[in-house]
Amino acid sequence: MLRVRNLHVYYGRIHALRAASLHVVDNEVVALLGGNGSGKTTLLAAISGVVRAASGEVALRGESIVRARPDQIVRRGIAHVPEGRHIFKPLTVEDNLMLGAYHRYARSSRAAIRAEAEEVFRLFPVLAERRGQAAGTLSGGEQQMLAIGRALLSRPKLLLLDEPSMGLAPKVIREIFDHIARLRAERGVTILLVEQNARAALSIADRGYVLETGRVVLEGPAEDLLANREVQRAYLGRERSRTAAAERDADPSV
Amino acid sequence: MYWEPDNECMHREELEQLQLERLQATLNRVYGRVPFYRKKFDALGITPEDIGSLNDLARLPFTSKADLRDNYPYGLFAVPMREVVRIHASSGTTGAPTVVGYTRNDIRTWSNLVARVIAMGGVTKDDVIQIAFGYGLFTGAFGLHYGAERIGASVIPASSGNTTRQIKIMRDFRTTALVSTPSYALLIGDTLRETGTPLSSLSLKWGLFGAEPWSDAMRQEIEERLGIVATDNYGLSEVIGPGVSGECLERKGLHINEDHFILEVVDPDTLQPVPPGEVGELVLTTLSKEAFPMVRYRTGDLTRILPGECPCGRTGRRMSRVLGRCDDMLIIRGVNVFPSQVETVLFEIEGTEPHYQIVVERKGAMDEATVLVEAAESIFFDQMRRQKEMVERIQKRLAQELGVTFEVKLVERKTLERFEGKARRVVDKRQLWSSPTAEPHA
Repeated sequence: MLRVRNLHVYYGRIHALRAASLHVVDNEVVALLGGNGSGKTTLLAAISGVVRAASGEVALRGESIVRARPDQIVRRGIAHVPEGRHIFKPLTVEDNLMLGAYHRYARSSRAAIRAEAEEVFRLFPVLAERRGQAAGTLSGGEQQMLAIGRALLSRPKLLLLDEPSMGLAPKVIREIFDHIARLRAERGVTILLVEQNARAALSIADRGYVLETGRVVLEGPAEDLLANREVQRAYLGRERSRTAAAERDADPSV
Repeated sequence: MYWEPDNECMHREELEQLQLERLQATLNRVYGRVPFYRKKFDALGITPEDIGSLNDLARLPFTSKADLRDNYPYGLFAVPMREVVRIHASSGTTGAPTVVGYTRNDIRTWSNLVARVIAMGGVTKDDVIQIAFGYGLFTGAFGLHYGAERIGASVIPASSGNTTRQIKIMRDFRTTALVSTPSYALLIGDTLRETGTPLSSLSLKWGLFGAEPWSDAMRQEIEERLGIVATDNYGLSEVIGPGVSGECLERKGLHINEDHFILEVVDPDTLQPVPPGEVGELVLTTLSKEAFPMVRYRTGDLTRILPGECPCGRTGRRMSRVLGRCDDMLIIRGVNVFPSQVETVLFEIEGTEPHYQIVVERKGAMDEATVLVEAAESIFFDQMRRQKEMVERIQKRLAQELGVTFEVKLVERKTLERFEGKARRVVDKRQLWSSPTAEPHA
């Protein structure tokens, strides 16, 4: 689906991404982990064209998109749900959703887009209940669902999610991640996910990459990353002792 | 039949992308965490960011056995000791031992890779597998043990030695798969014959052999004596242990687990890549190791990459069975000779037993090579004339095949040393090396 090779991004003099390479296979969920300033948000932004890469390749299904504009990249099938949701607070929930199909207004009928919005309402019933409400009145979790739903209206092949758990309560985080897992299972969407909450991300991911100061330092199946001590110490925080026990039970070698 | 089909049958293009990603991640880790690598890269003015393709790997320095010894014991570890859950040491076939470490994930990866190799060799969860490798610092026993447990086979950790007991276990526990060195498998076969134990009293079906070079002729001999299908597998502790590559049941070369190791084949003298398909020294780079990553490790093992695809469906390229070690290649009067080539000739000749030794001496300025081979009793007690004929036949075949004239001596059965672990086939009395620990290709 997606192939990235040797991507470099600079912010002025800051070398934010150093020769990053990664790939995402069709219908896969891949997590990007790393601390603050590790370059994971930059990597998503470089894929969606929001940030321009200094060098490197980004190919979607074999076609280079590294020089394409963000709107062209959306048309090619990549939707980016940025950190902080960026929903239009005064607009209604429904209008926010419809804006996700903005680039298709000229070609698709209003009715067809509306039908797709209904599809999203079926996925997120809570949004349907609030369809006429101003989006700003939604809770954090609902706003995240709205941001994801809006991205789905661009009919993406690949969904880029940046920190979907940010600022949400643990119970809500679980709900959001359940939804993300269902998007893959039921709608066949491929997902590349940036997350501080490594445990939540790895619980639904197939594979993951760990970034450190702009460099990829680890790639592996989600279960291996969960068992990696460095990942545990750096990104799984206080839940570490619980992991150690779980791992002990699962490991045939001890 | 496949253990991890998604990985074992991965499309080439996808595999190479994964290899590049893992290579870059490995280089970022070793550069940041292992001073040895950082110094070597810095000396060449290379940073991990300069490696943008698999071809760029050739720009990086080699790592040799001597580097491992210089950093004895823990100097090349890329994680703190608290993350290391296992220490092994190389079996020290030649020279001083070297120390390697594993994280919990490394042990898991290792188990999986060996599980692939075991599954390739026909073994399933329904098998009873007897591990007749020595348990200890040597990686062979533990690697096969974990792999076999991983696929769910019933594992008997018999360890090496005590052949009579091995056979008793094999019979009583209804062992279906044997893991050992090929030379030990032969010894077990001999003992079965001597004790008149019929194969029908055993349940053996499979043999997974490794840890030393062996020939196809020796395979046939082992298969006949033990009534099994024998496959070869390859690995070395410096890189992970067993699990680097293994033969599938096609038995036309060993599939390399390329999603975890990048292989190169280089000329051991010039260190340049050999043309595709030609024999050279195998160089391996690890892609997933956490505790002990290796960049361009010179294995000292000679092999070549076999062309074409394997009918089994695995996409991992195949290496030929190891032809020998760079350091046990004998140069006799200027001709390169591998013990395995001598073995192949001997096994073709009727009346020889599969036990032999090559002794090389220097008489004046000339190398003199003698092959000692055990002769079947029927021959040995026969007339001198038949013995002489046989010696001449062996000499002629060796000269034809290898281009070197050997002295050949027939010896009585069971006069040559037997090996429970790795066999020592060559006695070189020329003392071309100053000390036994000298790096043969440094």
